[in-house]
Amino acid sequence: MSRDVLVLNSVGKAFREYPSQILRFLTWMGIPVRNINEHWVLRNVSFRLGRGEAVGIVGQNGAGKSTLLKLITGTLRQTTGDIFVNGRIAAILELGMGFNPDLTGRQNAIHTAGLMGFSQADIMRIMPDIEAFAEIGEYFDEPVRTYSSGMQMRVAFSVATAFRPEVLIVDEALSVGDAYFQHKSMGRIREFRRQGTTLLIVSHDRTAIQALCDRAILLDKGEQRMDGEPQVVMDYYNAMIAEKENNAITSVQLASGKVQTISGTGEAVVTSAALFNHAGEQIEFINVGESAELRVQVEAKADISRLVFGYLIKDRLGQDVFGTNTHHTGQALEGIRAGDAVEFSIRFNVNMGAGAYSVSTALVSTDTHLVNNYEWRDLALVFTVMNVDRTYFVGSNWIPPSISITQS
Amino acid sequence: MTEMLAAIWRYRFFIFSSVRNDFRARFARSSLGAIWMILQPLAQVAIYALVLAQVLGSRLPGIDNKYAYVIYLTSGILAWSLFVELLSRCMTIFVDNGNLLKKVVFPRICLPLILAGSALINNLLLLLATLGVFLIVGHPIDSSVLWLLLLVPLTLAFSLGLGLILGTLNVFVRDVAQVMNVVLQLWFWLTPVVYMPTIVPMQFQQALNANPMYWIVSSYQSVLLFHTAPDAGHLTLIAVISLGLLAVALLLFRRSSAEMVDVL
Repeated sequence: MSRDVLVLNSVGKAFREYPSQILRFLTWMGIPVRNINEHWVLRNVSFRLGRGEAVGIVGQNGAGKSTLLKLITGTLRQTTGDIFVNGRIAAILELGMGFNPDLTGRQNAIHTAGLMGFSQADIMRIMPDIEAFAEIGEYFDEPVRTYSSGMQMRVAFSVATAFRPEVLIVDEALSVGDAYFQHKSMGRIREFRRQGTTLLIVSHDRTAIQALCDRAILLDKGEQRMDGEPQVVMDYYNAMIAEKENNAITSVQLASGKVQTISGTGEAVVTSAALFNHAGEQIEFINVGESAELRVQVEAKADISRLVFGYLIKDRLGQDVFGTNTHHTGQALEGIRAGDAVEFSIRFNVNMGAGAYSVSTALVSTDTHLVNNYEWRDLALVFTVMNVDRTYFVGSNWIPPSISITQS
Repeated sequence: MTEMLAAIWRYRFFIFSSVRNDFRARFARSSLGAIWMILQPLAQVAIYALVLAQVLGSRLPGIDNKYAYVIYLTSGILAWSLFVELLSRCMTIFVDNGNLLKKVVFPRICLPLILAGSALINNLLLLLATLGVFLIVGHPIDSSVLWLLLLVPLTLAFSLGLGLILGTLNVFVRDVAQVMNVVLQLWFWLTPVVYMPTIVPMQFQQALNANPMYWIVSSYQSVLLFHTAPDAGHLTLIAVISLGLLAVALLLFRRSSAEMVDVL
């Protein structure tokens, strides 16, 4: 119990609409009023966050993510349920908001830290760190109106994370700023986490969620649809955004214990997917650098005017390693009849690092699964790459080097 | 209540730095900076003095100074400008800071305190300018000026109480601020700032006496112009009304705070 830093108990939020503002004022006086329209944006959300956990919040626009964050930070008050926070919450939301353009970076930094509730002594002690982390040089003492948006972001991030909070909320801020500062800020977020900060990350970026989070929570139309492993949740989310009429999403627990998500309208389905080595033997393990062939059998259940096959290799964390489709290779099939069987054979060299990989397959009509999604199958195939005879290396790519050393 | 005071204490640096930034921001882009805070009301005084001194006659009973009217006017405007600055900024305080309130959690009680702080500094500068004008026109300044130590806080409390009530209502009904801008103009002319209360016809004297701003303005005038103590009854009434307004404002604010951010 004491390890939980944030607990939400069936939290719900409704915006009340009064037929007249006079009636709203009456409710403050404790006079009961009828005809109040309640517009629920969040219902029955419950979860606990432990110390040092990293949890992603995913969902489409309007799913209630921002409202949930505002409830957690405390700017909005929940209509039902309870929220317990054990410690300080900091949010990296809309960085640089509230900066006064006429004041210098330093003055704004002091002001913002004050807004976060820190004393003058604390702020003055931490100022050199903020200045050093932002790395904007002499601009720190220039008015903010002369800053580029990237510089403003740097100062804002430095201030927002100057003190380690118990819970850090990161909202889409991961993709702001230049590559160098992105790495630097991610480093700081990771460092906080090592020290026990709980992360709450809101992003549409699958890579970010899967790279950082041990858990993900899926919100849909104000309801909590899923709470589980990021990969499973992201697969489901991916299927959900293609969800249309007749589109069923199924999650199957595989023998390996993993959850396979299959979605689509079902005009075409993958009947089998397997990996073969250069000798034509079906395999599950393969050596680094060996050539491999992926064979996928597809059956059309209905007439299809245009069929595109796509596949995506992901590493064990669910991060994309490589993916393409026959639209991009210029091999889309036209005029498929119901009952037709098609085999796709993909040959490639396994220039990948040791580890487990999965293959997702997609049967679509264009270059994305958002137009016609006949079938999207995650975890269609799992294989393991082993380093049998290559020089030891780390990473998910095999980029064999030739190293020459000159000693004088 | 103690919770609120603790929050204010914890955020004291933020309040202080906000007042300072408010001040700094005004210096930042205009070459005259803070001078404008004094120049504007003084220009107003100059205009009224030029236009109205001819109409109303420049001499006031009991004052042997040909600039008596200017002194009268400046005293009234000193009170009125504090009232009107606080009231009009309080009316839109939550709407103006809507973005901040939606994104950051901090004790909201800080906002009116910041306003009060910066309005006080402005008023202090105006007071110094006013005393400067008195010296120039040869009007003596005596110890009765110390009454301001009581009058300024009373004006502050009255404006803040009324302003916060209207400011809270304005979040939900935005017409409040619009209506009040008109009301404030009317109120200015219903208060004897530019004219003497003696010119008000007998049948309206009763109404004049019911105007709290008349009590405040006339207290300033007694203290600064006539060197006499203000009416104790009026001061007591103002104090009671101000406390009442502040209590209502706090209660209203508490009741509304759950829904306030929803509609910002």
